[in-house]
This record gives sequence, C-alpha cells and structure tokens, in this order.
Amino acid sequence: MSSTEKTTGTASAGGPRPVRKRRLLGQRLPWLYVIARHNQARLGLALLLVLVLMAIFAPVISPGDPSQSYDIINDPPSHQHILGTDPQGRDEFALMVWGGRVTMVIGFGTAALAIIIATLIGVIAGYFRGFVDEFLMLVTNLFLIIPGLVLLVVLAAYLKPGTGTVILALAFTGWAFHARIIRAMTLSLREKDYIAAAVVAGERSFSIIFRLILPNMTNLIVGGFIGSTIYGIGASTALSYLGLTRMTDISWGTNLFFAQNGNSLLSGAWWAFVPSGVCVALAALGLAWINFGMDEISNPRLRAERELRKALGRKATRRVRATPVKEREH
Amino acid sequence: MEKSVEPVLDIRDLYVEYLTDRGPVRAVEGVSFAIQPGEVFGLAGESACGKSTIAHSILRVLRPPAVITGGQILYKGSDVLKMEGSTIEGFRWAEVSMVFQSAMNSLNPVVKIEHQLTDVLMKHLGVDRSEARKRAEELMDVVNIDKQRLAAYPHELSGGMRQRVVIAIALALKPSLMIMDEPTTALDVVVQKDILQQINQLKKEYGFSILFITHDLSLMVEFSDRIGIMYAGQLVELAPAGKILSEPLHPYTKGLLSSFPSITGARAKLSGIPGAPPNLLDPPIGCRFKPRCAEWEGLEMEKSPRLREVAPGHMVACPCNFPGEASGVN
Repeated sequence: MSSTEKTTGTASAGGPRPVRKRRLLGQRLPWLYVIARHNQARLGLALLLVLVLMAIFAPVISPGDPSQSYDIINDPPSHQHILGTDPQGRDEFALMVWGGRVTMVIGFGTAALAIIIATLIGVIAGYFRGFVDEFLMLVTNLFLIIPGLVLLVVLAAYLKPGTGTVILALAFTGWAFHARIIRAMTLSLREKDYIAAAVVAGERSFSIIFRLILPNMTNLIVGGFIGSTIYGIGASTALSYLGLTRMTDISWGTNLFFAQNGNSLLSGAWWAFVPSGVCVALAALGLAWINFGMDEISNPRLRAERELRKALGRKATRRVRATPVKEREH
Repeated sequence: MEKSVEPVLDIRDLYVEYLTDRGPVRAVEGVSFAIQPGEVFGLAGESACGKSTIAHSILRVLRPPAVITGGQILYKGSDVLKMEGSTIEGFRWAEVSMVFQSAMNSLNPVVKIEHQLTDVLMKHLGVDRSEARKRAEELMDVVNIDKQRLAAYPHELSGGMRQRVVIAIALALKPSLMIMDEPTTALDVVVQKDILQQINQLKKEYGFSILFITHDLSLMVEFSDRIGIMYAGQLVELAPAGKILSEPLHPYTKGLLSSFPSITGARAKLSGIPGAPPNLLDPPIGCRFKPRCAEWEGLEMEKSPRLREVAPGHMVACPCNFPGEASGVN
C-alpha cells in the first residue's frame, strides 16, 4: 500500500502540467476571441465601428448645421464640398455623416425592442404552453401574415412622425418571426432533464426561464438582434425614401428621398445618392458579417472545420469529405 | 497465427492529432497492428485513450479538427490514407463497415427501418427498390427480426432490436471487416450476450473480421482472438486474449485486470490504478505510464518505448525487463 501512496503522491505533486495559455482576452471573453479570429467578423466589426464612430463624432467630423443650405445646388464634388451639394443646396458630406445618427439609432432601437418583445412572447408561449401558447401564437401568426411594409405605411401615416414612432412601428412589424423561433427553442429546452430537475427542486418558473432557459438561447437572441438591426436600418431607410418619416430629420433615408425628389438619378448627380446608399449597404454588410462570426460561436464544428482548412492551407475544399492526411515528423 | 496470409487490415505507425486552440492533442501515436482474415481483434483501454479515434480513422470519418499526421492504413494491401474522395466513398461500408458507439442513436428516428436498410443497398449496389426490399428482408432474417418490423420506426423497437438493425445495416454489403465501437455498452448483460453470440454466428457464416472496441475487459477476453491494450494514445501490449488474462506483462494491463472482480478466483481487494491519464496536449516524455507505474525502475528515456516481442505473439511496450528476455531495453 505504501508504495502505491508514494506513487500517487509524486503524481499529484507534479500536478496537471500547465497547458500553453490562451491569450488573456480569450479567457475572459471567449466569444470575443472567436470574433477576433474570424476574418469576416473582424471586417464586419471594423466596418460597423467606423460607421458608428462616424455617427457619434459627427459634430467633430463635420461641424456646423448639416441642414444649412449653400447658394449652389447639385454641385459635383469639389474642394468646398467634398461630396458636392444636394438638390436643396446642402453639403452632401455633412448629410452623410449626420444621417448615420438617426438611421443607426432607429436600427439598434428597433432591434432591441423587437427582440425584447420576441423573447418575452416566445419564452412565455413555449414555457407555459397550452392556452397561453395558443393565444400568443395566434397573435404572432397574425403579425406574420400582415404584409410588413403595408402596415408600416399605415402606421407611419397615423402616428405622430418622429424617431420614436419609426422605432415603434418597425419593432411592431418585426418581432413575430423571432418570437416563433424562440418559442420553438424554448419548447425543446424545457423538455430537458435539467429543467425537470429544477422543477422538482421547487425552482420558480421565473428563475427557470431566466437562469436556465434564456442563457441557452443567447446565440438565437444575439443573432436575432443583429438580424433585426439590419431590418431596422433597411426598413427605416425605405420608409424615409417613401417620404413617410419626418423630413426635417436627417437620416440616410431622407437623403435618398431628397435625391429622388430632386431627380438626381435622371440628371446623373450620383453624389446625391451614392454616399448615403453605400453607408446603408455597408452597415448591413458589416452586421451580416458579424452574424457569420456569431454562427461559429454557437456552432464550434463550423469553427473546427474552418480552422482545419486554414491549418492545412486548403481553400478549395468547402467540406472535408475524408479526414485529411498531413505527414509530419514525429 | 499464420504469417503468410495477407492481413485484412494492417495499421502501421499511425499518428492522429486533434488541432485545438491550445495546440495539437496527440490522440494516437505510433500505433501498429494487423487484423487477419476471420479474426476478432479487441482494442481495450480507458476512456479517451484513442480507441475510437483509431476506429474512425480507418474509415477516415474523423471530423475536424482531426488530422492524420502519419503512418499507413493498409486494407488488403492498398493504403486507405492515399484514397481520394470518390474512391473512399466506395470503400466505406462495402469493404469496412462500422457499428457506431451509440447504436441506439445512429438510426434516424423519422425514417422507417426499411428505408434505412434499403438506402445503403440502393446507393452502393444500384439495385431498384423492390430488389433492395427483398434483400432487406433477408437481412432482417439474418439478425432474427420479424420481416414485419421493416415497417416500424426506430422508437417502436426495443434497444436490442435496434442494435440488431444497426448490425444488419453494417452487414448489408458483406464487408470483409466490421468495426464495432462499443456495440453493446448500452444493453443489459443478457441482451449483450445474445447479440455477441449472434455476431459470432454471423462471423462464421460470412467470414468477416472484427475490430472490437470496448472498455469491458471481461467481455473482450471472451469475444476476441487477440487483444491490444491502449494507454494515452499508444498501444502498450498486444497478445492473444488468453495471454492477456493469464500473464499480463505491462503494468497498465495488470492494473486494468485488477480493476474488476473475477468470479472464480480468490477474493482479492480491487486495487485499480492510482493517478489519472496524462494530458495529451503535453504528454510525459518517455514512457507515458511512468507517473502512475508501480514497477517503474527509475529509467529515463527520451522516446516512448516501442512494442517488442517478448514471447511468441506477445508484444509489449515497456522499458522494463521481463523474465526470459536477454536484453529488454531497445
């Protein structure tokens, strides 16, 4: 026995050998580590960051009132106005920089509101099932079949115009899809044994939902949030373009409205609509790329496959069909 | 064992690694063994020692981030590791089939048994549905299940029946080698015995070889012709089944054997093996079992000991000398 104990002693004295440490960032915030190593996500994050910073620092980048009119209208890019002037004689660069503020507030605001509604309705319907589920899903399905843009137009026409109104209207039409997904996930999660154990242990529904179910859907919620932001930015731009929002606000959408209003497209004044249009497209692209990175956080298999391709230097193989062989010295 | 007969499967110096964030995990290192026609070769060892990794690498179905980093896997003389996409697809199942670890879960729950059986026949043999159905009925006969059950869904069958269906699917193309990765782990001993007897019967009829993987040593000793004992990714002992039981040489094998009670022998206290398996990210230098070894003689080595033949058909990888041997250390 003594010899056995001695062996155990020496084995545990050495302890588990220290494994090469991950970077500190990766230990604290593993998801950030994944994003940071994912090329598309990194690019998307950078894109979005540039646009957000541009909006935040608008007063620094383009001082003065962006809606100030100059004497010259439809002026092509020049030293005075680097992106020219619009049909109203306003500086196009200032409009683009300042326009990001309203558009992005609407985008993120819409997403936050829509996801909160969707999560609440989805989780409650999925967790309590029965009559609650029937009723909430009836409402959800109603919202799903109403054509979004039509409802938007009607809402925008009746409500007092303003940023808050647009957020409300967009969130109102955009939550139903995510509510269904979250409900489905809740239904499947609540059948798991650890939930049953929590119920038996006397855990309250509230704590089961928030401590045991919601954390398991983080990927859905975050993915939904990013998707809704794209929706919010796109749809609010469409509304503004149709002239259904307050026209004294400056957003990328209203810029497009005035460009259209002034026949910039016909007259070939590309500087009136390209800057704002490109900003909308870049914001959506950046968010979509971030979502690809999120995908890998929630599905490590995707990550493993991609990293393996990287390690082996194979770009062509989309899918590894057989375990790769790579000879190495041993 | 006749040496003149060409082995069905000849694994030479196989290396497999899992590329992780924290560096490569060396899951299989320098493993070599051969399986003769009609032989049952058992692979034993504790969890995470690389048994299943070897099994999966034979079919090259290891998922990312696994990479085979060296060695040869010769199936009837041709190297599986040199096969390309379409060749390996023809090779899988037709030549070597596999009964997966979680056989209960390897059936698709929403597809009838019949289609799961005919699927493989139609795909590989190109026969039409009625012909495939006829063969499926024969296969059900072979594994002693009523033909009527072809119309059943997996959940309508018992665990033992599901297991037999999985074996029937593995038999469908009359392969020369069947890999059974813990085929009976989830079953009770009675069903276990029943199924193993049936496999034995089928083996006599069809003449295939079996690579049998389990951590149930008593089952393995009874079922296999030869046994390989694995520890921390390496093969440490290889001998005929009886020899492993009666005169184990490697201290790890001895430890394994003393970890379960014998029915007939004297009452002895079960000792087990002190310590835990090494971290394969950073395995010990030299003999990997050294930190847990009760018989270690203080010998330091730079490389892991290789398998050497200490008695006819009995190979062991241990730096220690054994009685009846001229010079042990290679």
